[in-house]
Order: sequence, then C-alpha cells, then structure tokens
Amino acid sequence: MTDVLAVADHRRGELRDVSYESITAGRQLADETGGDLHIAVISGTVDDFAAKLNRDGVDTIHTVSHGEEFNHDVYSQAITQLYDELAPQYVLTPNSVNGLDYAPAIANELDLPVVTDTVDLDNDGETLVATREMYGGKVETTTELEGDAVITIRGAEWPAAEGTGDATIEAFDADIDEDAIGSTVNGFEEVGGGDVDISEADLLVSVGRGIEEEENLDLIRDLADALGATLSSSRPIVDNGWLPKNRQVGQSGKVVTPDVYIAIGISGAVQHVAGMKGSDTIVAINTDPNAPIMDIADYAIVDDLFDVVPELIDEFDG
Amino acid sequence: MKILVTVKEVATVEDEFEIEGTEIAEQYLGADLNEWDDYAIEEAVQLQEDGIADEVVTVTIGPEDCEQTVRQALAKGADRAVRVWDDALEDVDLLDVNAKTEILSAVVEAEDPDLVLSGVQAGDDSFGATGVSVAENLGFQWGAVVNHLEHDFEDGLASVRRELEGGVEELTDIELPAVLTIQTGINEPRYASLRGIRQAQQKPLDVQTLADIGVDESDIETELELTDMYEPESESDATFWEGSPDETASELGDLLRDKGVAQ
Repeated sequence: MTDVLAVADHRRGELRDVSYESITAGRQLADETGGDLHIAVISGTVDDFAAKLNRDGVDTIHTVSHGEEFNHDVYSQAITQLYDELAPQYVLTPNSVNGLDYAPAIANELDLPVVTDTVDLDNDGETLVATREMYGGKVETTTELEGDAVITIRGAEWPAAEGTGDATIEAFDADIDEDAIGSTVNGFEEVGGGDVDISEADLLVSVGRGIEEEENLDLIRDLADALGATLSSSRPIVDNGWLPKNRQVGQSGKVVTPDVYIAIGISGAVQHVAGMKGSDTIVAINTDPNAPIMDIADYAIVDDLFDVVPELIDEFDG
Repeated sequence: MKILVTVKEVATVEDEFEIEGTEIAEQYLGADLNEWDDYAIEEAVQLQEDGIADEVVTVTIGPEDCEQTVRQALAKGADRAVRVWDDALEDVDLLDVNAKTEILSAVVEAEDPDLVLSGVQAGDDSFGATGVSVAENLGFQWGAVVNHLEHDFEDGLASVRRELEGGVEELTDIELPAVLTIQTGINEPRYASLRGIRQAQQKPLDVQTLADIGVDESDIETELELTDMYEPESESDATFWEGSPDETASELGDLLRDKGVAQ
C-alpha cells in the first residue's frame, strides 16, 4: 500500500493553490496501489482550511492547531510526528519558498531521500519515477528511487482537486517543543509598490537578460515610449538593480494579464512564465528558437533584439 | 564572527546541445560559479568589510578542474578555501542532497562557523535543498530564500527577509549558528579586481578527501538513480514571423494596431 501524506500551504489566512494541486498529485500516487491520501494542515484557522481541503480523493485530513503563520520548526515537528503515526510511503510538499524551508529538514530528520521540484510523478508501488528539469529547463530528467521519500511538487503542474470529498477530519495532537523553535516570524511586507502598477497595463514591453548591459535599457524605454506601453522586466534586470522591484513580472514579482505582452530577450524560466502566462497575446523576440518562452508565445521573432527593436521604434515614431 | 560560504561550480549548457545517455555531451558544457553562490560570497565579504565577520571561508565539493571557480571566490574577498574531492566521488552519477549534506556537514563541524551562507539552489541540478538539510543535520537554525540580512546581529540573532511568492517578504529573526540560503538580488556581486585576482593565487586552498573529513564512502551512497535525460518536447504553436528585422518588426506593428494597443 502506498499511503501519501501531503502538506497544505497557506499564508495570511488563505490556502495557496498548490495545496489543491497536491491533492491531485497525492491521489495519483496513492491510487497506483489503492493507498490512502492524508492531508496535513498546520497552523492558522485549521478547521476552516480542512473544510476547504475536503475535496474528491482525500481520505483523512489531519489538523495541527499551533500558531497562526508558517514556522518551519513547528511544521517539521508536526510532520515528522505524523509520519511516525501514519507511516506513509511519500511525504508530498509544495516546492514553494516555505516548502523548501522544511521539506529538506524533515527528509534529513527522517533519514529519507528528498526529490525537489518535481513536475511529474509515477509509481508502481515500489519504484517512484520523478520527472524534474535541469539546467534551467533545458532538459528534463527522470530520477528513480525505491522506498519512502520526501517529494516537493512544482506549482501549476497538476490540476487542482475539485468537488466535495468525504474525508475524515481529525485533530492531531502534535507535541511541539517550543524550546526547539529557533526562529520567529515578526511580520510580512508587501514589496514592489510605487509609481507604476504593471498589472494594470494593456501593453507591456518586458525586457530580460538578453539586453546584456544597463545602458541598453534605453532602447527598450524608447520602444515603450513609442508604443505608449508600460515597461516591465524579468528577474535578472531587477536583481541587477537596473529597474525597481515594481517592474518585475513573475512568481516573486507581479502577475500580469495584459492584452499584449512583448517578451524581449527573456528566455522564459518557469518562475517568469508563472507571472505572465495569462496574457491574451504573447510575442517573443529572442535569438534562441528553443527558449522556453516559445512554448507559450503566440507570435515569435527569432532574431537579435538589437536589430528588431530599432525597426519597431521606427514603425511607430516615424 | 566566522562565515562559511558554500561555493559550487555549475555546468552551463549551450543553446544547441546533444545528450549522451543521462548526460549532456561534454563539448556543449561550460563551467561557471553558481549564480546564487556569487550573491552568498558577496554578502559574506560585505559582512567582513563591515567589521562583523573576522574570517570568510569557502567550501566546495568538486574536482581539481573547479579550482579556477574557487579562486574566483577568493579573488572577490574570501580568506581561504576548502575543496573536498575523492576518487570515490568520480564515478557518482548524481550526488544527491543527502550525500552533499554528509560532506558539507563534516566541513562545517570542523570549521565551526557562526553563519553558513549557501545559494538558494544550483543552476544545474536545482535541488534547492542542501542548505536547509545541512542545518537540520547539524542542529543549526536556518532560513531559506533570504533576500535581505541585517548586518547588526543584535542579541545574537540574524534578522532576515525571506522572499515569498507574489511580492511578499517575511521578516524573521533566526538564532545563530544558522544556515541562510541566499537569493539573487540580495546585493550586487562585485567583479574581482586585478589585485584581488593576484592575491587569490596566494590564499590557502586546502584539498581534503572523504577520509580527511571523516566521511565514510557508504555515507554518500545515493538512493536516487538518474535514469533518463531528454529535451522537453517543444509545445510551441507560435507563429514564427520570418524575414529581415524591418519585415518582422512590421508584422509585429500590424499585430499591435490590430489589437488596438498601439497606434
């Protein structure tokens, strides 16, 4: 029997989407051998969360009431105790920033292998086949392992579980050792405010690593001016300090859905795509025809941006 | 305060490449300092310049070939380096998180730092798990995906910001000793100066085997097996505009006018 324990992700009173996706992923793994799917929901308004997580395919939901927000020590202690009690084959966690703050720790504590950022999972009851990307998405790999494991799943790779389930909801009385808690969360802050809200724009001209030098940004600014568009960027441009945080599109920046999104010199890393895939029309200008951005582009120009962009400025300025 | 920084040389891949078995053919591979580690080194060096760190030591798992990358870290200001390599590691297909944890933990124990900085992930295998695993293994505290670190360490606490999804940062205090995994953008990594590059050649770089650090070969046996590598099938159904730059720009111009987003 392949039992699965999946851990829900929530923040500031809201369950995150990946929580519902991990029900789907966990159910698939458990189904191979008719195992049970257990869900753990830890901290915050757990009864409310449990009611929402009670969707098709969930057998039992374990609530651990302790504190309001995520704390990796509380999560680690609660999950290792649930593992001891339930003896699941797989512990499934989101590959979120918080998931990566406890999944490796519980794997080490439980002496289990850890496979992170999986995009597909398959098992026959003995061998797990995990699909992962390497080299920034240039290749996919399969990794096999036998026995118990801790697995993190990438968001938006599995559909969210739907329907209303008939799960048993149980309060799990975890024995949390307060002395072992070595970090304190003091609050949260929204970043990326300021003069412009890129999520409001109809036309975004978005620039990435392909621009090479800070000076070259003027070319893209000129294009945005000529088109009456709003300027945005991928992460490396903001990391370099060339544009402020409020211009960043992606997982850790803004989610945007303009009528047209022009990605210039952006390869299309999964974290970026998460922030712009909802755009109505996506145009990519990139020298690499195999760049991941092409997978979601509606139109593409495979050429040097330094040749194409000046022509485009001329189109509208002339 | 003593700081240990984990430094990895990562494989980089050209746009066009071929796969042989479960590896990318060697002629398409390059090598570079892991991008995230570059930020971790910079943070440590800035802590030293602010008079908070007395010593910055780097630790690398890798063969002799990667010493150029290690020297890069020394050129940027680290004081000395430890490189762990062993014949037993030559044939390992996939050094998994647990194996790296065993090796790095042994070095951390020997060096006894107050703070360990590691990159959030490596650009090649991207597990994003080793730093937290090492912390748990050693009984250190930790914080994952840190994009700001206060340089005062009041009351023996590291005050950090963790970069959550959706433009939200978590403000957290972490007891020392701790492992912080460093996110890109936390600082602006410097280029090594010519003087730094010259000095780096004279800085100590200790090479240690598994036996030297007290790790048994059986401790690094991985339970994971890499069984396949392939190029993801392109799902692109994009219309590729072809022609000279003025032709393709004109196609795009027409689209923007059609959509009514530009005149």
